[in-house]
Order: sequence, then C-alpha cells, then structure tokens
Amino acid sequence: MAEEPTPILKMENITKRFPGVLANDHANIEIYPGEVLALLGENGAGKSTLMNVLVGLYRPDEGDIFVRGEHVEIHSPSDAAALGIGMVHQNFMLVPTMTVAENIILGMDGLAFRPDLDKVARRIQEIAEHYNMNVDPYAYIWQLSVGEQQRVEILKLIYRGAEILILDEPTAVLTPQESHELANVLKVMTSEGKSAVFITHKMEEVMEFSHWVRVLRRGRVVDVKKTSETNPQELARLMVGREVLFRLEKEASEPGDVVLELQNVYADNEKGLPALQDVSFTIRQGEILGIAGVAGNGQRQLAEVITGLRKVTGGHIYIQGDEETNHSPLRMIKAGVSHIPADRIGMGAVGDMAVSDNLAMKGYREPPMADGGILHPQLILEFARKMIAAFRIATPSPATHIKFLSGGNIQKAILAREIDACKGLLVAVYPSRGLDVGATESVRKRLLEQRAQGRAVLLISEDLDELITIADRIAVLFEGRVMGIVDSHNADIDALGLMMAGVPKQEAIAETSG
Amino acid sequence: MTEFSALLTSILTITLQAGTSLTYATLGEIYTERSGVLNLGLEGMMLLGAVTAFATSYYTDNPWLAVLVAIIVGGLLATVHAFLTVTMRANQVVSGLSITLFGTGMANFLGQRLGPPEYGGNLVGLVAESFRPTPIPFLSGIPVLGALFKQDILTYGLYILIPLAWYYLYKTRNGLNLRAVGEDPQTADAMGINVFQVRYLYTIFGGMLVGLGGAHLSLAYAPGWTENITGGRGWIVIALVIFAMWNPARAILGAILFGGINAVQFRLQAAGTTFPAAVLNMLPYLLTIIVLVIMTWWEALSKRVGAPAALSKAYMREDK
Repeated sequence: MAEEPTPILKMENITKRFPGVLANDHANIEIYPGEVLALLGENGAGKSTLMNVLVGLYRPDEGDIFVRGEHVEIHSPSDAAALGIGMVHQNFMLVPTMTVAENIILGMDGLAFRPDLDKVARRIQEIAEHYNMNVDPYAYIWQLSVGEQQRVEILKLIYRGAEILILDEPTAVLTPQESHELANVLKVMTSEGKSAVFITHKMEEVMEFSHWVRVLRRGRVVDVKKTSETNPQELARLMVGREVLFRLEKEASEPGDVVLELQNVYADNEKGLPALQDVSFTIRQGEILGIAGVAGNGQRQLAEVITGLRKVTGGHIYIQGDEETNHSPLRMIKAGVSHIPADRIGMGAVGDMAVSDNLAMKGYREPPMADGGILHPQLILEFARKMIAAFRIATPSPATHIKFLSGGNIQKAILAREIDACKGLLVAVYPSRGLDVGATESVRKRLLEQRAQGRAVLLISEDLDELITIADRIAVLFEGRVMGIVDSHNADIDALGLMMAGVPKQEAIAETSG
Repeated sequence: MTEFSALLTSILTITLQAGTSLTYATLGEIYTERSGVLNLGLEGMMLLGAVTAFATSYYTDNPWLAVLVAIIVGGLLATVHAFLTVTMRANQVVSGLSITLFGTGMANFLGQRLGPPEYGGNLVGLVAESFRPTPIPFLSGIPVLGALFKQDILTYGLYILIPLAWYYLYKTRNGLNLRAVGEDPQTADAMGINVFQVRYLYTIFGGMLVGLGGAHLSLAYAPGWTENITGGRGWIVIALVIFAMWNPARAILGAILFGGINAVQFRLQAAGTTFPAAVLNMLPYLLTIIVLVIMTWWEALSKRVGAPAALSKAYMREDK
C-alpha cells in the first residue's frame, strides 16, 4: 500500500442528462489492475448509464475519462474496445440466429473480408478451456441457455482483448451454482491483472465478488468502501439513504380451502415444444406458493395457463372447486383470478393511457364504473384517486400517461387494480423484478396482506431470498417439470439451487445435507 | 419427343425471360430487408426504372447507358426511402407505399412527356435499342437446358450475381454485419457496426437492383413502354422475398415459379385455349396469395422462415 499504482481507469465528474432526468451527477470512479469494483445502487441510480457512457453508447454532457493515465474520448463501442473496455449488458448483445463464433467476431476491427471461422472457433476453445468455461463455438445462440449465453458474452470480450470487463447485473439470470462459476472466472481474470466493474443492487454480491464498492444514489457516488471493511447493512443504508428492514414479518396463517388446483397439466410453448410437463399442485386460502426456477423453465407458461392466456394440452385446472381448464381470460377473471404479469408495460398496463384508465381496466365492465357499456368518467376518476391514495402511487395526476411513471409506481398501480379486483387467487409473476429496495418492500408487504386476508397467492420469482421470505411453500420448476415442493421455513438455498439445475428434490436435499 | 423437348425449351426460355426482372428485384429487396428495412416502394421504383431506361435508350441508342440510368433512378428513390425510414424513423410501410404511388404516377407522367414532340411527348409505341437474346455458341445447343444460354445479357448477369449475392451475405465480414443489423441492431451497434450506414447502403443497393429489374422489362422482356408495364411485379416480389426465405440463392426459385406461370399462360393463349384470358392473368397473383398462406402456415408450424427479426423496425440508440 506504500505506492499507489496508476488506476487503469478513471472517470471524473461524469454528468449525463436525459430529458427530465439527471442520470449521472458528477460521478467519479477509479479502478486498479487486478481488482473488481462493485457499483451498487438502486434501479435508476445511474449505474448502467455511467457504464454506457464508458463504453461509448451514451455521450456524457460533462466529465473526463482516463484510461491507463491518458485522457481519452470514447465515441462508440469500438473506441471502447480499442482501449480494452468491454461490457456484458443486461440484455445480451448476441444475435440469436448466428453462431457463437460469428457473434464473437461480429464487428471486430481488422477482421478479414472472408473470416476464417474454423480458426476463430479453435481460438475460442482455447480461451474457454483456460477459464474453465464450456462453450461450443458452432452452436447457435438461440440454442443456448441464458447462463451459456452469458459465458459467450464474457468470452467475446476476452477474445477481443478486453482488459476491463463491465458486468451489468450478471447474476440476475443465473442459478446460485452458475454465479459461483462466474465468481471463479472473475478470480482467474483478476489474477492475470484484468479488472472488472460489477453492477448490482444486491449487497451479498458486492461482498462475494468485489474488492472495492462505490455506492450510487440518484446519479451521484455517495460513498466508496473497501469491501472487506464494510457489511451488507451499511451498504443497504448507503444505497437507500435510510435503514431498511431485511426481514418482513410473516404472521402465522392457517391455510383454508383449496383455491387453485392443477392436475397433471401439460402445455406447449410458441415453438410447439413442451413448456409444462405433468405439473400438479394446490394452493389454499391464506397461502403463498412460490415458484422458483431459472427464467425460461416454464414459469411464464404456468402463469398463462392459469390466467387463461394459454391452452393446456393435457390435465385439469380447478379454481375454487370448479373446472376452468382452457377457459378464456375473461372467464378466469370471473372465476376469481387476478394477474400481475411479468411484462408490466406490455401486458400489465397500457403505457399511453392515463393512470386512472389503467386502474379502471378491470372494473370498467360493471357498475358503478359503467352502465350497459357507457363509462362514467367521474366515478372512474374517483376510484382512481382512492387507489392512488391507498397504494401510495406517486403520479403527477390521475390523467398522466402511465408510461411516465417509474417502474415501481407502475407496479403499484397494477397491484392496486389486481388486488382490488381479486376474488380468490392472485398470480404474481416477478412482481419485484427491477424494483428498488423501497418499492420491493412495499410489493412484498402487499402480497403478505393478501395472504392475511385469506387469498391464495401464486408467486413466481427469480429471487430465492424473496421466495424464502414470503412464500409458505416453494415449488421448483426445471424444464417445465416440478422438481419438488419444499416448505420455505426449512428451505436450503443450495438445495433449491440444485433443483433449479434439474436435480430432483430428494437427491438435492441428500447432496446438500450430506 | 423432339416436339416435346421443343415445347420444354420454349417454356424454359420464356420462364427465364419473364423471371429476370423479378429475380433482380427480389435480390435487391432481400438485401434491403436483411438490413431491417422493408421497402414497399418496389412497384413504383420498377416503373420509374423502366420508363427512364426506355427513354434513355430511345434517345441515345445505348441500352447500357439506359440500364445505368435505371439503376441510378432506383437508387435515388431508395435513398428517399432510407432518409425517411432510417434517419427520420418514419413508418416503413407508409413510406414505401408513398414511393409506389409517387413512382407510378411519375412514370406515367414521364411516359407522356419524355417522348419526341412529334408524338406529343408520348413514349408509348416507340421502338428503342434493346437487349436481344444472344445465344452462347455450343452451350445453347444442349437440348432443353440450352434455353439457359439463349438469353439476353441481363439474364446472364444473374448467373453471376446470384452466387455472388449468396457468398457475400453468408461468407464475408460485410455480410455478417448486414445480417446482424437486420436481426438485432442494438447488438450490431454495441459491436461497433454503424447501423445507419449499413441500412442506407443496402437500402440504396437494393433499390439499384430493383431499378435494374424495371429496366429489363422495357429493354428486354417486352421492349417498349406501356403504362403499368410492371403489372404488379413489384408486389409479387414482396412475396417472393418471403418465398426465398431471405436467401439470395433461393431468389431464383420464386422467379422460375412465377416466370413459369407467365410462360404457361403464354403457351396456352398461343394455343388458342378457350380458357378466359382474365383468369389466366390472375394466376400469378393467385399464386402470390397461395405462397403467402403456405409460408405463414410453415411459420406457424414453428419452422424458421428466417424473416430478419428487426424487419420494419426503426432503430434509435438512446431509446429511453
């Protein structure tokens, strides 16, 4: 620690404005060779924007960037690549219809007019073996799992000689085991003097992956900590700006009658391949059943068959004792199903319509909001005002187009509508995804409230902590099958992780306890 | 036997003649759509290509110059489309339809004005230097397949252009970039490919081929100018691109299919069939509908048809 090496990367006073939003406000970061820097912050804190500035996707309004001590201007991702900076984005930058090798060389500087793909493939194999990653260079991206695609992204950057890797919430799509593998890859890389910036909003990951952490809030870097000298509680306080409750109080609840029953349900996905296979479970009144699994293992299709958006190819669905297999969404709503979809603005709300209209979208068919097809705007507005107050939806007015609200407030509006209309079963798909700590807390509280009021809740989530905190039982989906259902009070994260990777319940429990 | 082979030869000959303009335009549109730009302006671009080519040839007696003019005209109209849809991010369908409407009207107007004053400016009925079939010695003597080598020079050009277009798209760096831009412009951009440049380039290049297709109509297939000389070929090409599944190597298939219908129609009419001509004339369009139905059904069966994923979507980098 006697002599300070020069930082491999330094960003000074970066300011970036979007219309109406100050995304980065004089943000500073510094990173040294062989180190991982975590950028911690809530959604909208400006982490991704700052990194997009670094890779040249956004132009900063103010500020300077220094790489290896030299002042640089980065106008495009290829400028960044030339400086050895590469980013693994949240939405992978891979073309699905192309092979791994084609994706890895795509847009590279100095590529031959007729690229020798076999030579490229051999080089990819070498790098992959060096980092203990397993990838077939000739596979098409659409054939790969999300975890494999992430490996391709990392390989791509290394192939192109990146010295500074930026990872934007890389673990969101991984099983716990895959996250450990990623941590190992990063260790090998840093031991070779490469550096990484790790964007996250999870404190545990900061602790596991990084050497240093910079906490961002509202576009500003509010603090810099050495990871070994801090703890998750302190980080959470810095990130949110106040103390956060980590444990929600879950009251004991006595499950009542069965509300939802699935019997041997089968369904296909869009490609005609099986998405759900032999799925059976029940949910009772006052019970939350969590569905865990890596994204893309049938969660979406499960929610869709229960809400009437997808036909089952076999099996039965009963709601409050009545058979409702393959009924229309409207029948399902009338049978008592409420739905909080994963895609908020696509399926949950109409972006270009007013908050009030979005709130009325379920009750508008019946009095008092409508009379024989004629809407009563005054009553709709009244209803909206009531909901906005009850659910603390931050909106300039009920007439504001809902797309201008933050993700958390859009979600609150959808929750308000669905909970108000709920007559038995609430299907919540990734309800806290992408929300900041505050909004997540309020979503979870609402779900527990529903449970306390005797409703049945199906909670699909990719966050195991969330499932363990608020669900009563957790079913794990893998390739459309239920690998097992465990009680959440004695659930073990490692066992769940193995089940998410396709290990049946008994084996998973035996392996992790033994 | 000889009579049958003579019949086959003649059908194949007409098929290729009729298919040439379709193939040029299909290749052009495949390249344009591969970059993510849908150009529905083909009909208007082919018409303007045809009329300007014919007028040029009439005045200069140089059909090569005429082809060049048609290529430039096609490229210019495509530039307008690229400006509207890539730079201004206008709706591609609306822009394309406007270009067709404009091109059709403009071509008709020019057809009545570009002619010599003594004919009142009318181009209809005039004769200009054109591309005649130039049989290749020896090869054209092969039974039936010899028809391949009794074509005009523009058709021969396709024999070189199709494999080149395929090779370029699938085997070269530039082809890789082009495919990436049409599939996933965000990714292409992040990988340092200039999405706007690629879209402009291939929209214009595609337009040039479409203009060339139009020139083949008025300079070789049916030498001369008549209003609506394309007879809806610009629309058929849109379906042919789907039929070819955006693969240049398959562009020839659709052209043979549709050119073949033309040829059969020709033979039937020549043979004095009692079948109503109007029904025969409907055949290509009927087939277009059938092709679209089949391809949609194919896609519903979850087979990869291969439409570029970003087709007809405008791209903007800081899309918040």
